[in-house]
Amino acid sequence: MLDYIVKRFAFTIISVILTTFIVFGLVRIIPGDAAQVVQGQLLTSPAQLKAARHDLRLDRPWYTEYFRWLGHVVTGDLGTSFYSKRPVMDTIKQALPVSIELALLSMAIATLIAVPCGIVSAARQESLLDYAVRLFSVAGLSVPSFFIAELFIALPAIWFKWAPPGRGYVPFVHDPWVNFQQFFLPSIAIGLAFSASLMRFIRSSMLDVLRQDYIRTARAKGLRELSVVMRHALRNALIPVVTLFGIQLGLILGGTVIIELIFRLPGLGQYTFNAITQRDYPMLQGIVLIFAVGFLLINLVVDLSYGYLDPRIRYA
Amino acid sequence: MARDRTPLSAATLPAASVPELARHERGGQDLLRRLGRIARGKPLGAVSALIILLLVVAAIVGPLISPYDPVKPNGLITRQAPSAAHPFGTDQIGRDILSRVIAGARPSLEVGLLSVAFGTLVGAAFGIVSGYFGGVTDFVIQRVMDAILSIPPLILAIAVAAVLGIGLRNVIIAIAIVITPASARIVRSAALTVRANTYIEAVQTVGASDLRIIWHHILPNVMAPIIVIASIQIGVAILAEAALSFLGLGTQAPNPSWGADLAAARTVVTIAVWVSVFPGLAISIVVLAFNMLGDALRDVLDPRLRGAS
Repeated sequence: MLDYIVKRFAFTIISVILTTFIVFGLVRIIPGDAAQVVQGQLLTSPAQLKAARHDLRLDRPWYTEYFRWLGHVVTGDLGTSFYSKRPVMDTIKQALPVSIELALLSMAIATLIAVPCGIVSAARQESLLDYAVRLFSVAGLSVPSFFIAELFIALPAIWFKWAPPGRGYVPFVHDPWVNFQQFFLPSIAIGLAFSASLMRFIRSSMLDVLRQDYIRTARAKGLRELSVVMRHALRNALIPVVTLFGIQLGLILGGTVIIELIFRLPGLGQYTFNAITQRDYPMLQGIVLIFAVGFLLINLVVDLSYGYLDPRIRYA
Repeated sequence: MARDRTPLSAATLPAASVPELARHERGGQDLLRRLGRIARGKPLGAVSALIILLLVVAAIVGPLISPYDPVKPNGLITRQAPSAAHPFGTDQIGRDILSRVIAGARPSLEVGLLSVAFGTLVGAAFGIVSGYFGGVTDFVIQRVMDAILSIPPLILAIAVAAVLGIGLRNVIIAIAIVITPASARIVRSAALTVRANTYIEAVQTVGASDLRIIWHHILPNVMAPIIVIASIQIGVAILAEAALSFLGLGTQAPNPSWGADLAAARTVVTIAVWVSVFPGLAISIVVLAFNMLGDALRDVLDPRLRGAS
């Protein structure tokens, strides 16, 4: 077990380093001089431009800069934004709670929809209900969440003359009610899309488990169907679902740029988009590092949770 | 296919019959015949195929059937609700939305098909090499794929599109890169399964080269998952194109694009909801069609993949 954790951890670190290395190289081949973009159109003379490039350390080879950056990262210093001149860490600390709240709320909504639907759909296979659930899930995979988000802005405005409170993001601790109004609709927009894939996965996983011998045994010994489905089948069916959960949590953390834009929520997605378009290398590197570490750590936890969920799994 | 599962060992196999064995493994013709059966067994798949056919027709003859110029603004008829003259209404600068929806079919289809073709080709190549050779090759490829997968796909696509510059061609490349690791993963695991079969051992024993084994024995047997994953990913790619165009990285105004039109509609959506509804529905229906076609193909070609997407 310990061997396995150590090995997995080593893999995780290799992957994180690879990811940051790729991103570091990638952003530096974006056409357009960062110095020019950052300083606006003020830099006309070549001498000024050269000085600006020197200030931003853009006149050095990117691979030596990479190792310098990596050295700082180890001490918790992610550098300073080219654009806002603030430490990248400060911005991330500000944006991360927004992204995490959005991710957790949408996961919760997705789970609330997907788990009962997936279970019923599998337990009553080929019933009308099953068809409805399957239709909903394939539709959920197909309708873009930003289309739903736009309708969520439009329809309440048209029908009830209501719009989400728009005076900037309000943290939960300051005003839970305003915060809830700001996060409610975007979370549903994201959660609906996620519930579709989750529902599909739970259904097929449940179907697999329901065909097992021990389910027949449970039925044969006269257990009620509810008990067979909920106690014997569901627990085992959830193991592959946990994997999907891990992957999706990572995706939601970063993949909500458009939803954040539509609902004006200052989460990591928005900062990433701005960092890319503004050539803000330190900011982009910092955020991608957070994404990569988060994603890989979540998957590590997911991997390790298998043994807890299913004692038959041994990490040999 | 049934021959594949017959246990054969090199010892009981006369060398002369090996080419014959290879011929039996080829799934190509068999595959085509089964494709024909989809329509009868899978009505939803058939409907999807029809929708996709409609999309292809719109993409090809769009300019001929579109009732108005999709690009020219008309200040006199801005934000008109759907009517007989404009069945989908007009947008914020007076263009006919039906015409724009028809014109948007071409970029969507182009990006969907080309990016998936590139992404699946590269992903499948990596997947087969990774699964067949194993060892260090497998390790290195898988770590690189892990690294790509750990960047949220939309963020990766935005970054690549930013690196390459704005435009449809670069959007195709960006989406292809995003699609590659997923294809590589699925094809790798399929290749691993195929590789473990006795007949691979048999052809190795009689001295077939790696390239020959991959080409004649592995590839035909992993074709089914490749086709299934590709058909599902076309929907993913069309969604991604819409997202990138929404963010202003894909098709540029005034050229029609469902994603960009959705983004432009944001300013008027609370007073003219149809400006947003029709491009949004177009994306949804087309992606739905590709997803259902993918499901139907999966059930027919490779039932083992059920629920894997």
